[in-house]
Amino acid sequence: MDWQPSCSIELLQLRAQTLQKIRQFFAERAVLEVETPLLCSAIGTDPNLDFFTTNYQLPPKQQTLFLQTSPEFAMKRLLATGSGSIYQICKAFRNGETGRFHNPEFTLLEWYRVGFNLSQLMDEADELIALLFARSSLQTTQRVSYQNLFQQTTGLNALVFSYQDYADYARSSGLIDAIAICKHDHVLWLDFIFSHQIQPHLGQNALCMVHGYPACMSSLARNNQDNPAITGRVELFINGVELGNGYYELSDAKEQKRRFDKEVAVRKVLQRPDVVKDERLLAALEAGLPDCSGIAIGLDRLLMLLSNSATIDEVLAFSISRA
Amino acid sequence: MAVYSTSEFKAGLKVMLDNDPCAIIENEFVKPGKGQAFSRVKIRNLKTGRVIERTFKSGESLEGADVMDVDMQYLYGDGEYRHFMKPDTFEQYQADEKIVGDAAKWLKDQDSCTVTLWNDAPLAVTPANFVELTIVETDPGVRGDTSGGGGKPAKLDTGAVVRVPLFVQIGEVIKVDTRTGEYISRVK
Repeated sequence: MDWQPSCSIELLQLRAQTLQKIRQFFAERAVLEVETPLLCSAIGTDPNLDFFTTNYQLPPKQQTLFLQTSPEFAMKRLLATGSGSIYQICKAFRNGETGRFHNPEFTLLEWYRVGFNLSQLMDEADELIALLFARSSLQTTQRVSYQNLFQQTTGLNALVFSYQDYADYARSSGLIDAIAICKHDHVLWLDFIFSHQIQPHLGQNALCMVHGYPACMSSLARNNQDNPAITGRVELFINGVELGNGYYELSDAKEQKRRFDKEVAVRKVLQRPDVVKDERLLAALEAGLPDCSGIAIGLDRLLMLLSNSATIDEVLAFSISRA
Repeated sequence: MAVYSTSEFKAGLKVMLDNDPCAIIENEFVKPGKGQAFSRVKIRNLKTGRVIERTFKSGESLEGADVMDVDMQYLYGDGEYRHFMKPDTFEQYQADEKIVGDAAKWLKDQDSCTVTLWNDAPLAVTPANFVELTIVETDPGVRGDTSGGGGKPAKLDTGAVVRVPLFVQIGEVIKVDTRTGEYISRVK
């Protein structure tokens, strides 16, 4: 029987030390640690996320509950109540995600800063990463916009979809499957090209922050005031590994509801499982979310990078195959 | 034949791709936090031996390929075909030079090898990792040299040419690693 852990004792220690440093970091900044439920009555509508459901037995009734895919909605309800800046270290669950960088149950560090715009939050994320990677001496952090990055690497305009240009690029770059898979779906093209051609090269021994994502790719971020085609969204990469995602948070309840409804409709078309959209989040936004930015970082991947581990299993006590 | 979904793609799985039998070498699950999941697959075309990279949307599937590796005895070549036999059933198979390919230079009558069958017809031939063959042609070496530094070419009874140490002579039997084509030792 493979009863033993998939990681070494040293990795258990590294995890414990890392958690300690993170808690210290936020304690010094007076950011409050919180806990929110893993079992939820509503769930994110993102068509690309599959969730776990479970039955809550309350005879004679029973209710379907979801295991959270992220603590975002609950944390925003705390923010709307006046909690001030908060952080959480918790498990999140995403069904069907297994691979070198994925385990269906994983640990997130998520924090929200009241009164911060995205660039201030990026500064803070940079400080935290520098603290945690103190011994690996990372190169200077890079900040680049999604549009510039796309333009430099592929010559394509990420904000304006031209099937002809995208297909020509795929043909000339040996991405023979892109045309058949992506068809006329702009977002799918962006995901395909970014994950195949761009991401693997991001942040060689450095933190790379990509910001200004196209509006079509960010369902919870605020649109940029000067350019509505992009949003206040940032992604963090080190050595080609996606480490985190942050937003200048959307606080407009009507706009949020519109985006949820759009995603629910897309899920119907794709025949994905039905979701229950989070009315309590919408009510909280209606009541008023303070101006804030928030970011989530995958702690298991962070540990992979800190320990030069090739697979996520090497940093988990018991990965899904041994759970 | 069974159908396999991307989540079942594992090294060694044999599937049909573009009407050719292929073996999966590596499957990487690629999924942005917000975005579409893909499977990036390294796959070997078993007909041509070429390794290519392909991408599938998560959840797509491929039909399995009826491909098996079978240990067989190499019987003889008749100029057009090479003949092989399953030692347990005495069933015989023939394969042309195109299928046998590079394996030909390591095949000695009666030796065992692996024949890959697709729909019960030979698709590829793999020699044993180590074979023992006789040197039929090589320059006379310098007496007393046992260092092996440098070496010299030697032609073997199957037609293969390998580099051997200077002290090895015509008529001797040597052990060769067929995966690298390197001389291992003399066989006494």
